Amino acid sequence: MNKPFWTKWRHLMFVLLVPLVTSGCGERYLVLNPAGPVARIEQRLIILTIVMVLIVVIPVIILTAVIVARYRDRPDRTAPYMPEWSESKVLEVVWWGIPIVIIGIIGTFTVRDTFRLVKPQLPEAPLTIQVTSLNWKWLFQYPDQNIATVNYCKIPTNRPVEFVLTSDAPMNSFWVPQLGGQEYTMPGMAMRLWLQADKPGVYFGHGANFTGKGYAKMAFDVVATDAQGFDQWTKQVKASAPPLTKQGYKNLTTKQDIVGKQEFSSFPPGMFEADIRINGGMYMKHQLKEATD
Amino acid sequence: MPASVTNFATHFFVLGDPLIYGADASIVLVTLAILFVLTYFKKWGWLWREWLTTVDHKKIGIMYLIAALLMFFRGGVDAILMRTQLVWPGMHFLQSEHYNEIFTTHGTIMILFMAMPFIFAMFNIAVPLQIGARDVAFPYLNAISFWMFFFGAMLLNLSFVIGGSPDAGWVSYPPLAGPEYSIGPGENFYLLALQISGIGSMGTGINFFVTILKMRAPGMTLMRMPLFCWSVLAASILIILAFPALTAALALLLFDRLAGSHFFTMLAGGNPMMYINLFWVWGHPEVYIVVLPAFGIFSEVVATFSRKRTFGYASMVASLMTIVVLSYLVWAHHFFTMGAGPGVNSFFALASMIIGIPTGVKVFNWLFTMYRGRIRMTAPMLWTVGFIPNFVIGGATGVMLASAPTDYQYHNSYFLIAHFHQVLIGGVVYGMLAGMYYWWPKMFGHMLNERWARHAFWWFNIGFYVCFMPQYLVGLMGMTRRIYDYPGDMGWNTLNLVSTIGAYMMGIGFILLVLDVVYSIFYGERDKTGDPWDGRTLEWSLPSPAPHYNFARIPIVTARDAWWIMKEARRGDLTDVSTTEGVESVRVTQSKQTAPQSLKQSGPLQPIHMPKDSGRPFVLSVCFFIFGWGLVFQWYWMAIPGFLGILASLLARSFEKETSYHIPVEEIEKTEAAYGRL
Amino acid sequence: MTVAEHHLHEWEEDHDLPLEYSTEEGGLKIFGFWVFLVTDMLLFACVFSTYAVLFRHTNYGPTPVGIFDVKGFTAETLILLTSSFTSGLGTLFMRRGQKGALIGWVLVTIVLGLSFIGLELSEFIADVQNGATMQRSAFLSAFFTLVGMHGCHVTFGIFWMTSVLIQVAVRGINTVTAPKVFIVGLYWHFLDVVWVFIFTVVYLIGELT
Repeated sequence: MNKPFWTKWRHLMFVLLVPLVTSGCGERYLVLNPAGPVARIEQRLIILTIVMVLIVVIPVIILTAVIVARYRDRPDRTAPYMPEWSESKVLEVVWWGIPIVIIGIIGTFTVRDTFRLVKPQLPEAPLTIQVTSLNWKWLFQYPDQNIATVNYCKIPTNRPVEFVLTSDAPMNSFWVPQLGGQEYTMPGMAMRLWLQADKPGVYFGHGANFTGKGYAKMAFDVVATDAQGFDQWTKQVKASAPPLTKQGYKNLTTKQDIVGKQEFSSFPPGMFEADIRINGGMYMKHQLKEATD
Repeated sequence: MPASVTNFATHFFVLGDPLIYGADASIVLVTLAILFVLTYFKKWGWLWREWLTTVDHKKIGIMYLIAALLMFFRGGVDAILMRTQLVWPGMHFLQSEHYNEIFTTHGTIMILFMAMPFIFAMFNIAVPLQIGARDVAFPYLNAISFWMFFFGAMLLNLSFVIGGSPDAGWVSYPPLAGPEYSIGPGENFYLLALQISGIGSMGTGINFFVTILKMRAPGMTLMRMPLFCWSVLAASILIILAFPALTAALALLLFDRLAGSHFFTMLAGGNPMMYINLFWVWGHPEVYIVVLPAFGIFSEVVATFSRKRTFGYASMVASLMTIVVLSYLVWAHHFFTMGAGPGVNSFFALASMIIGIPTGVKVFNWLFTMYRGRIRMTAPMLWTVGFIPNFVIGGATGVMLASAPTDYQYHNSYFLIAHFHQVLIGGVVYGMLAGMYYWWPKMFGHMLNERWARHAFWWFNIGFYVCFMPQYLVGLMGMTRRIYDYPGDMGWNTLNLVSTIGAYMMGIGFILLVLDVVYSIFYGERDKTGDPWDGRTLEWSLPSPAPHYNFARIPIVTARDAWWIMKEARRGDLTDVSTTEGVESVRVTQSKQTAPQSLKQSGPLQPIHMPKDSGRPFVLSVCFFIFGWGLVFQWYWMAIPGFLGILASLLARSFEKETSYHIPVEEIEKTEAAYGRL
Repeated sequence: MTVAEHHLHEWEEDHDLPLEYSTEEGGLKIFGFWVFLVTDMLLFACVFSTYAVLFRHTNYGPTPVGIFDVKGFTAETLILLTSSFTSGLGTLFMRRGQKGALIGWVLVTIVLGLSFIGLELSEFIADVQNGATMQRSAFLSAFFTLVGMHGCHVTFGIFWMTSVLIQVAVRGINTVTAPKVFIVGLYWHFLDVVWVFIFTVVYLIGELT
């Protein structure tokens, strides 16, 4: 290593920048391009944490480079050498203190947002969609509209949507990055995740927890349209699509395969709740209540 | 061939994949080559006497090191295969099932069969020498630990060609890994391999905990111990308190699979979430089990190669112990999205972030150990300095992940993948490689070549950033982990291509490292002094490699950096000490009085009490292997004899009469004279 | 230099300490075994917590009240508590160097252990005959695993104690056998403590709810 340390670092920085430059437009960063209030709260917290941690990261990296450059062992080195200097109360207090302050700030906002994201804050009644992850597809049931879809769902814009999540297969995770963070879908559990879209669009969703052979193909779309378009769509599905029978549901669950998008004009009442109950929900009374109330 | 035999063979052997036929062929060839070499050079007796039956911590350490490097290779090949599959969308290199097996074995091997033996290698090589002991507290148990690890690792590796690899991820969550969704022996291999090697790890934890607390040389108080020993003590406490949870989780899942019980099944009242909790109650401390020893190594390396005392020793110890306590309070951050409620999530988020504080303190202390020092950029120091920016970035993204609401966006995405590779590679692998370069002369009596080492480092280090920085970005673009294929229209393509290039660069770095080892075995500079780095701790007071009894006389320790103090006393430059603090002056006077005594080796030598070698740890572990193999395929005709063999080995040990012997003074004198130390 | 000399003569006996602690090796083994007991206790703790999570998950099958036999588990408890006492007496006589009394009390302990295992096995067999098998429900899986794991420990302890007993009978009480007697005694007391928790958490709470 003949070159000074920092020149190597400059090379490194260049390498790091290449992907940023070549990957093109920033819209591709779904997590950083929120399309609804939940994702926006999360994005703001992400940016806050990035800024806070950079307050430590950048100086430490610079400090490392400077110290290594300045105190390299060379014959003509004039920088001070104090082999026994190993204690300094002031310095120790400083670097116990800095991280404590930073963690304190991040922690405060973290706790605030954790509580904020439990329930929608809007007064409007949310639309409920019951989501079941299967091997290897997503089933969406609209209890109020009595329709069902597979591998995509439609939601109205500017209205909170309450997704009630479960699984009738190994645990998966329901994630629509532009609308908000994910939550697990688990057999025997009914968990709630509220999301909302501000503007019409097709939002990319994907299962985020590995469930076996067909898992990689478990993408789905969340299509947001205005309230009118949504009503029109439900009517159209009701009118034209076939019903989902018990046998049809059984085929969806037991055939471990990958299917395309599907619509159903109705589904057997209580199927979602019965599934949760038999997969273990009967031992978790509060879970079942959440699923059905 | 009768139909039953054909049927058996097609289920027993994994057929139809060229990669696996390649593996079959290479396993057979390597085995034959090893058998041939051992027979041709008449080395069977040597192998048995010197290695398979040894209870010498130094040799056990070397065996751990070799095993760790081999497993690093296997896990690395897995990684290269995965990155090749992901180089662009729609790649037809691996099938989905095969990809799933490979990422499962990659994770399992890297954590349990690479990182664990690597840290145990360092424990064994350095700890007894650093604390001035002649062996660990329980040398026989130490040999058992190694062979249990070894046969556990064998069990998992054989699954690749026989029966089929596990394919439910290294966390092996039920019900995916349970009897309902995972048919075939793959998951059984995982469960039994981890269980068997886990017993070994538990033994190592107990062993080093007792060794460090009870076997230190006279005068070596806890606060005079080298920081590596502190980190081993911390890791041992973590092993003792964390591994039982893994044992429980694995055993219960095994019961589900073999006995039809209902702990984690979907039906009949099972609760899969219980497994996830048990797994991470072990799993998070496990991360600190592997990274704390790396911190210890960095502390040793930084002080040695800056020719300076460790800055803020007390702070370093305090931060280690704080991490030990906190690491038990954070396990739920692995599943913030499991719906525990805002109160629980807030608690675990805060606890996880707070770990960042003591870790940050350690980084500053390393930096200020270098500050006002004289830094020599040797191979161990390169890996240490490379570690700092790496770990600072990894730690920062860790704090980001710890923030529960944002974790909803990072969880199970490539952002998470990039983060934990950055702390596990940047922390553990860099640390272990630093330790390997550092203690190599002590183990083998020769140095590793510095030029090769620099090439290896730069390929690996730059390759690391090229590989993993794009993964942070692609994670923010919504790419989830464990997918063998991805849509081509998401903008992920370029980043994946770059990442794959980085993986290959790291592969080149690893090859260069192996070449360095091979080159140095033949041409490396021989270490005649026993102290090639101008070290500070007691292991450097011994010749390289150390005699099997380590210390002809147990040293008397008067201060931290015991060997440095002895050397200063010998050089007579104690007056140069620049500090004015009271503690320091006491230290100096003390060492003036006592150091020459221990150097001159006054008084006659005494016979040394040493444990006898034994083949039983090996036999016991073979029995465990047979037992485990029988259970994997539910061949009880095989499992039961294996189990009886385990009991018989334990009983035989209990009845053994002479487990130790004395080395006579003449033999010690002869050995020491051969080193030129008498 | 006295400390160092002591260290160099580690195999020599120190007569101020009880026999089992008198060599460095004996002391280390006992300390190491305490640490092992910590790990074993945590293993039990994990299975206890699994039981606590699953004990209401009866899958419409047998419930705790339905299968627990009050007389049976009370007798098991009394037997095991007594055996812990007799095992303690064994250690006491070992320290006094009375080989005969040591062997006698350890034998009593082994017999009590065997009768405990006999009772537990008959309880398990009765349960299985009534359809309460491990495969029936999560509750029963957890019950059989927790109580059975303790039973396996006791069985192992009986074999171990027998092996130590033979060694004492043949080789006498010395610095090698004394730590073994002491350690197997520790193990036995530990199993007793675990049983007290099983008695409370499994049987008492099971009967009360």
